[in-house]
Amino acid sequence: MTRGWHVAGGPVIPSFGRSSACERSNGWFCTDWLQHHWGDTLQPALVQHIELTLIAVGIGFAIASGLALVGFRWQLFDAPFGAFSDFLYTIPSLALFQLLVPITGIGVPTVEVALVSYTLFILYRNMIAGLKSVPEEAIEVARGMGFTRLQTFVKVELPLAAPAVIAGLRIATVSTISIATVAAFIIPQGLGEPIFTGIQQNLFRTEILAAGMLAVLLGLTADGLLALLQRVVTPWSRIR
Amino acid sequence: MSVLADNFTPSTFVDAFRFMGDNFSLLLTKAGETSELAFAALGVALLVALPLGLWLGHKHRGLFIALGTSTLGRALPSIALIAFFIALLGVGFWNILVALVVLGVPPILANAYFAIDGVDRDAVDAARGLGMSERQIVLRVELPLGLPLILAGVRIAAVFVIATATIASVAGGNGLGDIIVSQSDRNVGLPGVLAAALWVSAMALLTALVLALAQRAASRRMSPRT
Repeated sequence: MTRGWHVAGGPVIPSFGRSSACERSNGWFCTDWLQHHWGDTLQPALVQHIELTLIAVGIGFAIASGLALVGFRWQLFDAPFGAFSDFLYTIPSLALFQLLVPITGIGVPTVEVALVSYTLFILYRNMIAGLKSVPEEAIEVARGMGFTRLQTFVKVELPLAAPAVIAGLRIATVSTISIATVAAFIIPQGLGEPIFTGIQQNLFRTEILAAGMLAVLLGLTADGLLALLQRVVTPWSRIR
Repeated sequence: MSVLADNFTPSTFVDAFRFMGDNFSLLLTKAGETSELAFAALGVALLVALPLGLWLGHKHRGLFIALGTSTLGRALPSIALIAFFIALLGVGFWNILVALVVLGVPPILANAYFAIDGVDRDAVDAARGLGMSERQIVLRVELPLGLPLILAGVRIAAVFVIATATIASVAGGNGLGDIIVSQSDRNVGLPGVLAAALWVSAMALLTALVLALAQRAASRRMSPRT
């Protein structure tokens, strides 16, 4: 299963018809390789990576929201939910991917289940922390003004919890972008794919560096965009 | 990908436990390699990050450094970092260790900073009024009060480092990851892969549990009794 790079047959120097001297000598950063392979290697990997991340964070957010609503409403569930998400978060990614294969097979679902598992811990903890940080007075005022319980929750508690929730979303998104590179061990998708290919091809530095830096840039861009969202959604809170 | 993939069924889990019985000493050796690497890296990361975090937090300076390193640390894909260090320095215990330290420092540094920065200023002022030196304030007041949060950072770093030490095998490192990536080896096979994956998960969970208990003990000790 997966990538048996041990049997890939010894190190292979990249042998694309047009390989340059830099590529053959495995130079530090071959810009010509970048030019030739942006379109056929890096760009598709980047798009796949964004897709993998969006699906994982989207599903993770939905599940964590559900869990947080239950855990917040009925305190009894809070500790077990927290412990469960903590447990999932602790399992090393490479091991989790492999452990899921017998259950969900080799494919995108396996990768997504693992990635979603990792988002739960951060999202759930931040959602609960956000909801718990809402001042009692704010809720009492709302109830005193005649808000129903639901209205209080939607119009007072949720907006006040939003900064913590979005802060969790930022951490979860950046982490998912980083961990998704390991997914290439199971499926040839995402920015991990060029990294694994680079490792198999005698540690071809340019490919490893280029894909690695793209992943970092993607993570930082996502973080910046979500920080902007945080500012737009909660103009009253100071941004950090 | 290998054709073996099709043979991967839930019953492989049973074979995995049989593999554990048959290859106990191999797993033990590999687990030893992984823990040696991971805990050495965690130790170095602690030595680097903890004093820096304590000092920055005590001075209430360096918010940008704490936030920046933790975001960057999270954004760095571990597999790329490992591969890069191996391409740079070659495969070896110390080379992989450097990469693991780089990944272990940010959570410890950030949590130490926020733990000390967030200590009640009144407590610090009271200590100063009692004539404590800055060093004493950090070690006897701020460190005990911030310990639960600091330990939370150590726990995240430990989990991160163990996971990455496993991944290091993809690029030629030793340890349990070595078994996880060698499913094509006839002596290992799919049961071996699962067995090693279970072992490394158990290792991470055990480490996290110990640190979580320490964290709980630390916060119990510091919470005011009513």
